[in-house]
Amino acid sequence: MIKIDKLSKQYGDKVIFKDLSLTLQDGEILAILGPSGIGKTTLIKTLTGLEEAQSGEATMDGQDYAISDPAFTSQIGLIFQDFNLFPHLTVRENILLAPLTVKKMDRVDAETKANDLLTKLGLSEQADLYPYQLSGGQKQRVGIARALAMDPQVIAYDEPTSGLDEKATEQVVDVMLTLKKEGVSQLVVTHDLPFADKVADETFDFEKEVKR
Amino acid sequence: MENVMTFLPGILSGLQMTLGVFFITIIGSIPLGILASLAMKSPYFTVRWLVNGYIWIMRGTPLLLQLIFIYYGLAMVGLPFSRFESAAFAFIINYAAYLAEIFRGGLQSVPQGQFDAAKVLGLSKTQTFFKVVLPQVIKIVVPSFGNEVVNLVKDTSLIYVIGLGDILRAGSIAAARDVTLVPYLIVGVLYLLMTAVVTIILRASEKRLNVWR
Repeated sequence: MIKIDKLSKQYGDKVIFKDLSLTLQDGEILAILGPSGIGKTTLIKTLTGLEEAQSGEATMDGQDYAISDPAFTSQIGLIFQDFNLFPHLTVRENILLAPLTVKKMDRVDAETKANDLLTKLGLSEQADLYPYQLSGGQKQRVGIARALAMDPQVIAYDEPTSGLDEKATEQVVDVMLTLKKEGVSQLVVTHDLPFADKVADETFDFEKEVKR
Repeated sequence: MENVMTFLPGILSGLQMTLGVFFITIIGSIPLGILASLAMKSPYFTVRWLVNGYIWIMRGTPLLLQLIFIYYGLAMVGLPFSRFESAAFAFIINYAAYLAEIFRGGLQSVPQGQFDAAKVLGLSKTQTFFKVVLPQVIKIVVPSFGNEVVNLVKDTSLIYVIGLGDILRAGSIAAARDVTLVPYLIVGVLYLLMTAVVTIILRASEKRLNVWR
């Protein structure tokens, strides 16, 4: 279980959110809803360490962390809205980069794991293609595989359905529900309500529940 | 024809000098240019100011003048460099300044999202630079880098000013002695050959880098 408590973020005088608290149960999908420009993405960037918060605490598996502690933020994998795959690496290399360079995993083990992820996400045929050769939905799944390769406690998605057609959106739903079955906790920022209805166990209404 | 035989050895030893300056400049100016381009993004005002001043001077004055200053000027203040050392030093710091501007442009065109993705995956700044940023910068800068390398081939002819015997100087000597334009013709053909080789290598690397977009 992950608890975020009294999280505050402001740019200069502009308060993005104040005393925000939320809880994510293990294996749950929590959807954070609200119109664009309200600060949902800033929240997710704060949780993944891309933005620093002014104050806030986090609890993960009974352990307390300061909100911007890398030991906490590194446990949250992020799927970007525009994927941000590495264009100079193939799908397989995109997935292998962090396990090999950050975790210093053994190459054989890392490759085995990457192959499992590729199979699980239906990307085996695309393994040796470069990102520019993929469809939006495929890029999305590479992003998910790349995040999963680091064994995060939580996977966070930033507007995962924006720019995807109906079929690709269905695939994202399938992937998320499969991961949920495996016990992966997921956090999804979206303004796509029908999509949230399909995947979310809990919802968090940014507009109503957040002080600004 | 026997004339050609008399001046060919001179031209060939000039060619050796030309290629020496060329390669030492390439080897020295690339790392220095990368460092300078990173320093231009430094959080410290003084560092940025110094690097910008350096680049302004290097790009704002003729290389010929820089060569003269480094060879004769440094000797005057008691720092005598050999002719070749002076030439190498002048060419390296001059070309590093041009390359720094090119690399800076390349660095700026790598989207912020690439840095974010690397950070979220836990890559350190050094890992991000070498594994994510540099390969993308290289692809972006290869065409403008190529222009500089072709310029360098021809710029090496400036070293005559501090008395080094490059290929053009060897040609001049032979032309003056035998009152003929043939040595100049040979020198011109050799420059064309050198720039052709550079162009072919650069085209090939552009092609290789085009497997991804």
